[in-house]
Amino acid sequence: MNEVITILEHQGTGRDACVKVLQEIQGVFGYLPAEALRYVADHSQITKRQIYGVATFYELFRFKPPGRHQVKVCRGTACHVRGAPQILDAVAEELNLHGSEDTTEDGEFTFEKIACFGACALAPVTVTDGQTHGAMTPDKMRKQLKAILKKARAGKQEDPS
Amino acid sequence: MTRLHAPADLVAWKDQIRSRIDPQQTQISVCTGTGCASAGAGKVVHCLREELAGNHRGQKISVKATGCHGFCERGPLVVIHPSEVFYNRVKEEHVPEILTALDEDGVVTKLLYVDPQTQQPVVKEHEVPFYSHQQRMALGKNGLVDPCEIEDYIALDGYAAVAKTLTTMTPVQVIETIKQSGLRGRGGAGFPTATKWEMAANNITARRQSGGTNGSGAPDTFGYVICNGDEGDPGAFMDRSILEGNPHGVLEGLILGGYTLGANVGYFYIRDEYPLAIQHMNRAIEQATACGLLGKNILGSGFDFQVIVACGSGAFVCGEETALIASIEGERGMPRPRPPYPAESGLWGKPTIINNVKTWTYIPLILLKGHEWFRGIGTPTSPGTAVFSLVGKVNNTGLIEVPMGTPLRHLVEVLGGGVLKGKKLKAVQTGGPSGGCIPAELLDTPVDYESLGGIGSMMGSGGMVVMDEDTCMVDVARYFLAFTQIESCGKCVPCRLGTRRMLEILTRITTGKGTENDLITLEEFAVSVKATSLCGLGQTAPNPVLTTLQYFRHEYEAHVRDKKCTAHACRELVTYSIIADLCKGCGLCVRHCPVSSINGERKMPHEIDPEACVRCGSCYDVCKFEAVQRD
Repeated sequence: MNEVITILEHQGTGRDACVKVLQEIQGVFGYLPAEALRYVADHSQITKRQIYGVATFYELFRFKPPGRHQVKVCRGTACHVRGAPQILDAVAEELNLHGSEDTTEDGEFTFEKIACFGACALAPVTVTDGQTHGAMTPDKMRKQLKAILKKARAGKQEDPS
Repeated sequence: MTRLHAPADLVAWKDQIRSRIDPQQTQISVCTGTGCASAGAGKVVHCLREELAGNHRGQKISVKATGCHGFCERGPLVVIHPSEVFYNRVKEEHVPEILTALDEDGVVTKLLYVDPQTQQPVVKEHEVPFYSHQQRMALGKNGLVDPCEIEDYIALDGYAAVAKTLTTMTPVQVIETIKQSGLRGRGGAGFPTATKWEMAANNITARRQSGGTNGSGAPDTFGYVICNGDEGDPGAFMDRSILEGNPHGVLEGLILGGYTLGANVGYFYIRDEYPLAIQHMNRAIEQATACGLLGKNILGSGFDFQVIVACGSGAFVCGEETALIASIEGERGMPRPRPPYPAESGLWGKPTIINNVKTWTYIPLILLKGHEWFRGIGTPTSPGTAVFSLVGKVNNTGLIEVPMGTPLRHLVEVLGGGVLKGKKLKAVQTGGPSGGCIPAELLDTPVDYESLGGIGSMMGSGGMVVMDEDTCMVDVARYFLAFTQIESCGKCVPCRLGTRRMLEILTRITTGKGTENDLITLEEFAVSVKATSLCGLGQTAPNPVLTTLQYFRHEYEAHVRDKKCTAHACRELVTYSIIADLCKGCGLCVRHCPVSSINGERKMPHEIDPEACVRCGSCYDVCKFEAVQRD
């Protein structure tokens, strides 16, 4: 909880700090852990109600831990007309994700559909683990995911723990 | 860092920086904007620096990593100064050749841009057709400055407008100059900037005179200026490029706004998808504070100003000014009815001015060069330039800046180099989810606020998406509705429910389940959502539907009557089959089919199992013998 204490010291404990506090908590943990949120509600003017309202309103916030690898696919207009829907389908199929599921069962991947990366000249665009890829195709996407999975499995075999 | 106490200090600093620069010294400027960076510009910079380090050439040649040059399609881009030699699609392995050519006063011909019209290589940057037809004001310093170095900006007369304005002009004179320039807000709606400023300035003065106190927790000021960097329109990245490539240019505008309105605190609201823009702006603020261009008593003028960066959290509606304010206040970013306008009661209840990134960028230019200069560009009612991100099915994708009033055709055919793969242009979409689809027949329409508004679209913030014969306009309308439906904050009923119902109808139509009655209902919904929604999001959400219904009704009719998508874009309405006579049985499609729905013996005609086929079109794309048929 030390991280949360530091965040509250830094951002203040007024209602107006809510968005910034949640952004920083997510920055530290990768998601919003329930204990951290409870601590904030108990030690600031930010209420549980406000936290839930804000956290569910903004796309950025998540209540569950993300997967080890992040796959983000742009669904912006330029990407859409240059074939993003096929890439979105390819990722969902390859990772076996249905409906609103965004993280694979094994916790290996989190798949996010992004409104627009603002890298439209490279459409269709994907970002895998922070690396931007332009002119993506469903085939290339599948290969990329398979390569990451293969590496992850090899890593697990080497590490008996 | 130099500490500036008076305008003369700034001039002295500029002269000092300039005296250090030998105009004859070779400078290699590498675009490291998002487009070029993902194509490997970082490696090019690294490789250049490595090659030059410890080398006798190192003293004569400097390397600069700049923001976006705009011609993203051809990245990574490298420009050699002062000769202006322009290289495109540069890879790290080309670095030795570039340096050798520099030693020998030659050029690397294979890295030059080849004009598709003349098939001739073009040597200099300003001779490349993509650039030669532009007039770069807002984007002018991108490509010239290292965004992380304030000295680069100062050397190009940076902050000279602050020095001039704070010490020689009254706020009333500034507003008068902006009014004379005719500047209109570049966020999309085109509201006259000076009118909005005048209202806020009067309100702030009134509060100051009445001696009102500050709210608890809020910074000490009577009003606020905010730069709206929440560029949420899909298909747009102008603001991103400016914030990343020339952060001081925007910051200077905000300081001038603060001075004019009597606001001592400014905010940048930048979306979290733009981490580099946030990083560069924070750095710019640190540098400006360190040298006294921000903080107490700026340049001895008595004006205090501080700037805070607030990050978005992924909500499109926060581009709407009242929602943006709610978000900075730490709440759900939901709009509220206007009036009161933010200029009367905005952030923490105080008069607030919110302008787009590009609007702020123009301010120092206008104050330094005069309103006549700005008026002299563009049209009488829409002066200045228009910045667009030209994307979609066009050959030269990238950022462009042209005088207002330039015909759309010029942008698509000359700057954009025409439609990708020589296909037929169908429409140009401007204004993002709030705008409309302009059909090819109206391509001679000039780009300015009135002309685009008159044909049902809008200028918008600057996204321009080119669509060709393979783009289904019903699918485009469905795409935008899906976007606005997700992004609707849910506060008002017309937008919350109306966008959902419209999306349901459009989904029915694009999956072959639509009826002619659906078209009537869809139009009725569109008209009432437009008329009755609370904020700009809902009021403009029906525009893509209304313009496609107006200009591409035949496509809707083909979907509902014949269950056909003429563009072959709506999956459910397309079938794939293999023409046995043309199929060589090479098996390429089999390897590419993600669901193994293609069967056949090698060297024998193959067949697609229509039940298993997911209609992804992979086989159609890969077949070398045009044996896959699409209906």
